Amino acid sequence: MSPTTTWYLVLAAVLFGLGSFGLMIRRNPLVMFMCIELMLNAVNLSFVALAREFTDIDGQTAVFFVMVVAAAEVVVGLGIIISIMRRRPGATVDDLAELRG
Amino acid sequence: MELVVFVLASLMVLAGAVGVIAYRNPVHAALGLVLTLFGVAVHFVAMEAHFLAAVQVIVYAGAIVVLFLFVIMLLGVDRSEDLSIEPFRIQRPAAAVISLGVIGLIVAAVVRAAGTLSDDPGTAAPGDSNIRALARNLFSDHVLAFELTSVLLIVAVVGTVILTRRVRRGEGDVR
Repeated sequence: MSPTTTWYLVLAAVLFGLGSFGLMIRRNPLVMFMCIELMLNAVNLSFVALAREFTDIDGQTAVFFVMVVAAAEVVVGLGIIISIMRRRPGATVDDLAELRG
Repeated sequence: MELVVFVLASLMVLAGAVGVIAYRNPVHAALGLVLTLFGVAVHFVAMEAHFLAAVQVIVYAGAIVVLFLFVIMLLGVDRSEDLSIEPFRIQRPAAAVISLGVIGLIVAAVVRAAGTLSDDPGTAAPGDSNIRALARNLFSDHVLAFELTSVLLIVAVVGTVILTRRVRRGEGDVR
């Protein structure tokens, strides 16, 4: 008995839910970023599972682009976090309710 | 055999995800993220996506997590966060309800659609390796998007340098 596509999709759904749960309860911006990575990986997993299901390589190409965009997003997001933390050390996301610098 | 690989890799993925959420220390959370990313890479290998598995390990588990750890160390925020404090009393129950709802809805949709998926998923075309097929697809059908990603990376690099550089006082620049 080998795992079918449905199993992979269920696993991806659980991983996505865990990531969204962490995103909603954690207050450290870095850990929130990691939870976003979890959600992106869940989507990547379902992309590859469906690419195998339909023998269509387009799904894997989409995962490739998701990885590129995720890398760029992490770089910019961490840059923003660094510039915020430099100004207010130890800030959580609850402290960032205002745009004033 | 495939079943054993699936179960073990799934345990890695879920344990790492729970670790990211539950560890108080951001460094430990980053290590949980590494575990999850490796588990996903194992799944990719099991699904014959060899190139993506390699990229997953090199780019995600290598570069991105190292970047996270760099920033954690640079900012000195590697002290533990007290997770018992709950600023809004309803936040965690509400988050749990929303997440379980999302999981339930997706699983319900997948189970409903399970009949349309074949029981024996197709394998990669013989004689054409995964990386060759992926390259042919990427550089023919999606070449414009591929070129645009290079623009995106340049913009990200320049933007980050501008965001994080320190401007000395008295240079007439507004911070």
